Amino acid sequence: MPSFKVPKIPSSEITPQRIYARRREILGLMAGGAALAAAPSAFAAALKTVPSPYRLDEELTPRESVTTYNNFYEFGTDKGDPAANSGTFKPMPWTVEVGGMVAKPKTFGLEDLMKAYPIEERIYRMRCVEAWSMVIPWNGFPLASLLKAVEPLGSAKYVAFESVVRPEEMPGQTGGFQPLPWPYVEGLRLDEAMHPLTLLAVGLYGETLPNQNGAPIRLVVPWKYGFKGIKSIVKITLTDKQPPSTWNILAPQEYGFYSNVNPAVDHPRWSQATERRIGTGGFFGTSRVDTLPFNGYADDVASLYAGMDLKANF
Amino acid sequence: MAPAKLSPRAQSALVWAVYAVGLAPALWTFWLGASNQLGADPVKTFERFLGLWTIRFLILTLAITPLRDLGLFNGLRYRRALGLLAFYYAALHFLTYAVLDQTMVLSAIVADVVKRPFITFGMIALTLLVPLAVTSNNASIRRLGSRWSSLHRLVYPVAALGALHYSMAVKVLGAEQYIHIGLLVLLLAYRIARPRLMEAKRQKRRAAA
Ligand code: HEM
Repeated sequence: MPSFKVPKIPSSEITPQRIYARRREILGLMAGGAALAAAPSAFAAALKTVPSPYRLDEELTPRESVTTYNNFYEFGTDKGDPAANSGTFKPMPWTVEVGGMVAKPKTFGLEDLMKAYPIEERIYRMRCVEAWSMVIPWNGFPLASLLKAVEPLGSAKYVAFESVVRPEEMPGQTGGFQPLPWPYVEGLRLDEAMHPLTLLAVGLYGETLPNQNGAPIRLVVPWKYGFKGIKSIVKITLTDKQPPSTWNILAPQEYGFYSNVNPAVDHPRWSQATERRIGTGGFFGTSRVDTLPFNGYADDVASLYAGMDLKANF
Repeated sequence: MAPAKLSPRAQSALVWAVYAVGLAPALWTFWLGASNQLGADPVKTFERFLGLWTIRFLILTLAITPLRDLGLFNGLRYRRALGLLAFYYAALHFLTYAVLDQTMVLSAIVADVVKRPFITFGMIALTLLVPLAVTSNNASIRRLGSRWSSLHRLVYPVAALGALHYSMAVKVLGAEQYIHIGLLVLLLAYRIARPRLMEAKRQKRRAAA
């Protein structure tokens, strides 16, 4: 566990987390589902979650920061754009098509998925390739659960993911300037996809995902740079070829297919040795901490890459 | 133009107003950052804000001559203030990077300057601005004579390096980058075309006389 300076926080900032920690108690006190209408964000609904062993013991990044500082170019390239411009996005109803090299291809309704698998709470570090990081309580289920349900064939070696394209609801997908080719695509090796840490998140901080965080379902791979965590997933395809990934197509010398967090391999334009931990309290609440190999998950995942040259396969 | 008729007092008051108005965004945004009103990543936000305003003051500084040539606005008396503001913002941008972003870890800063071309270009630009800032006073103009004008042509490589640095600092180029960098390119291109434009103007005047 890394030792990092816990920023000094005024008590007014801490309160939400304290309430958050007691939320089961508080929810228990509230009578019936009607009370859920009091949830802070318009579409956010409280989730029933089960605890999981993956609970990082570090100061949580405030929900406010997690939901207002986002890279989600479908809604604009500024970090504030997704929160500002995603109001018209209607995530529900939603389906995820799972197919390719599987025995039982199927299109799943999101509600069915959320009923089929217990929604775990997992507190993960999130390390952005831009050298900042957060600590986020995600709610979701392992990708492996879904993949097992469709029975991957022996020939399947990779998993390809595709994001939604809805220019009418996503301002970044319309107009003269389009920063990326759509749809946003990502991929994992099958063993990475089946790893118990790899999560399909449907919520954070105990509520359904806000639009700006990738509603209604997104990938979270905590040992990889954040852009691997594709948002608003509509399609998952098992394949025998390494799938394309958007940032790798755009700048292959800067963003590799693997993109495992690695302090020893710099981005060509900046160092990856350290990261700014998004905190609270303005300038003086931000701290710089050392970046850990595999973002601190080396014990869990380093064996996946045994014998591999991680500099060449960045 | 009208401002030529202002009293010297009013003129110098206007120049001071340019300094005051020019520094206000930096002070205000620093206050927002210090008091936790600058979003989730106040350090990066402030750093980029200062970089962008450096570019803006470089644009304004370089716009004075063409605007005067075109007879649109004679702002020569504000040029020193605008140039110095560009330097102040560049210096604050660097300080924010060094103190707040890299938390004064010298090895990290040196590694960045040496290894990252975009930061190398920024550092060269800032370094070149230093002699310009130091000689932005009447005494230096008098002392250096014609060498002063030659020295201050360094602002052109500064602008070019600033534009390059900016284009490399962002992940994707968007409208904001195209507008700012486009203006810088236009203003630099004007310097290349200017001798010929001026010559044509002179000939026209001679022909008319
Ligand atoms: C005349 C000199 C300079 C100019 C005009 C300038 C301008 C800029 C601009 C416009 C940006 C991008 C802002 C944005 O993304 O909106 C930027 C970013 C940046 N600059 Fe500079 N800069 C200069 C000097 C420097 C120096 C000396 C350094 C450090 C040694 C530096 C380090 C940076 C860094 C680290 C970024 C942020 C990249 C990121 O987004 O992470 N700059 N600069």
